[in-house]
Amino acid sequence: MPFSREDLGAIWLTFKLASATTVVLLVLATPLAWWLAQARGRWAAGVGAIVALPLVLPPTVLGFYLLVVFGPQGWGGQLTQALGLGLLPFTFGGLLVASVIYSLPFAVQPLQHAFEAVGRRPMEVAATLRAGPIDAFFTVAIPLARPGFITAAILSFAHTVGEFGVVLMIGGNIPQQTRVVSTQIYGHVESLAYTQAHWLSGGMLAFSFVALLGLSLFTRRTARVMP
Amino acid sequence: MSDPNRIRLSLQRTGFTLDVDLALPPRGITVLFGPSGSGKTTVLRCVAGLERARGEVRVSGRTWQDDAYGEFLPTSRRPLGYVFQEASLFPHLSVAGNLHYAQRRARDANAISLDRAVELLGIGELLDRSTADLSGGERQRVAIARALATQPELLLLDEPLASLDPARRRELLPWLEHLRDGLGIPMLYVTHSADEMARLADTVVLMDAGRVVASGPPAVTLSRLDLPIAKDEDAGALLQGTVVQIDAAWHLARVDFGGGSVWLRDDGLREGERVRVRVLAREVSLALGPPVPGTASVQNVLACTVVGLQAGPHPSQALVALDCGGHRLLSRITARAADSLGLAAGMRVFAQVKSVGLVR
Repeated sequence: MPFSREDLGAIWLTFKLASATTVVLLVLATPLAWWLAQARGRWAAGVGAIVALPLVLPPTVLGFYLLVVFGPQGWGGQLTQALGLGLLPFTFGGLLVASVIYSLPFAVQPLQHAFEAVGRRPMEVAATLRAGPIDAFFTVAIPLARPGFITAAILSFAHTVGEFGVVLMIGGNIPQQTRVVSTQIYGHVESLAYTQAHWLSGGMLAFSFVALLGLSLFTRRTARVMP
Repeated sequence: MSDPNRIRLSLQRTGFTLDVDLALPPRGITVLFGPSGSGKTTVLRCVAGLERARGEVRVSGRTWQDDAYGEFLPTSRRPLGYVFQEASLFPHLSVAGNLHYAQRRARDANAISLDRAVELLGIGELLDRSTADLSGGERQRVAIARALATQPELLLLDEPLASLDPARRRELLPWLEHLRDGLGIPMLYVTHSADEMARLADTVVLMDAGRVVASGPPAVTLSRLDLPIAKDEDAGALLQGTVVQIDAAWHLARVDFGGGSVWLRDDGLREGERVRVRVLAREVSLALGPPVPGTASVQNVLACTVVGLQAGPHPSQALVALDCGGHRLLSRITARAADSLGLAAGMRVFAQVKSVGLVR
């Protein structure tokens, strides 16, 4: 057995975190991406830039602000305490919130591009076929943007699996609670357990490659245009 | 209410002003005809509510828009069918899926059933296909059937043949005629093709620079001298007639249009068939006396009266409007010929028509 019990725990936690992040992100990013694809002007530009921030910010900066905001003195922390959720830092919930923010551009941008590629015409066609805006959104825009959803899901999942800095800052590397594969590897290397580190790192490498290969094969296959 | 179908729209944009006022007949095809940029498509989009102009849109006695009372129905609540220039079928649905999408959202008023739409457009064989496997003409037929499946009270067609090659266009035209004769609803048809207009129009509305220049039955409107279309290379008269004689030996058919008759090529016409023929101005020459039988190649000679004269598109040319037993013809000759013949309104002349085109 190449993996210890702690390793398996970290793998399971990583899987749980990435799955939950992906689900939450798809729900949140869909309306946001739709709005960004339709909206013109300064507001949209500003929101687009904010969404893209995690692409360029060091994860430590993001982690630091999240700690401040969701800490006992921060407004986020006051809110979660008032709601009876306790404090988020160093819990799975905290990791989830951080991952959602950190991976937001990886969900929003493919969706936004997919919605832009669908264009206005199919929505106009739907309107002339008596479909109201919400009806048309679910029956035309979402099915036509399907490639964008698949790309967004794969990227969100893979990017969350590959997180390190934010997880360390807000999760604190607590076994079974916030210790994911990337921080577990860090621990193995620190304690010179290279064999263990090799197994986990190799696994991550293989997973990431397969995810990106799948994505690349998928995007090549779906060059769909409206007839 | 005097006009159940009334469209009054005005729109100001930089470099473009739209100002139209139309009353649509309760059935038949009204063709919006004019050069690109004349505002035809904008009118259609405003009627559909896809774009916003100020004014009033009333169809079958129901108000879709009336800015005087702040009424504006969104597109999805207007009982209309819209056929876009490109077929715009939903690629994620099959042919049947596209039709059902429309049918499920239709009102229950049973004007046109889906079966009837499928039959009218001959797409029964295509229902199980994917939209990607259809030819351009088939796609457009499915798109028209899909528009009909919403049970519209007005069918809007925006250059439905423009994206097709000539062969596909010929394939689709008979289906459109079939619709015109089979549907009891008004159709508003945008085109810049004189052929389509001559073939399909019951009423033609000539547009230029956002305004209606003229409107009326095509036979009258097309042969007016005072309109910009008289200057077109394809200017000419449109006549409605009946096939009265077939000369099988020479593959010719004689069409009587009331003011006389003309011979034209017989491509499988039947006696008694109602047809539309185009007599282009450039195919009509004039003579003061009747031709001596057996001395000229021209087979069609019509006794006419000169109604008016006007300078042609080129300074060397003259356009002559003729009356032939109550029907209007146009002739384009050189200005010098008009001068040497001494043509003037009221003169008796003989129009020699070299060729007559069938638009059916």
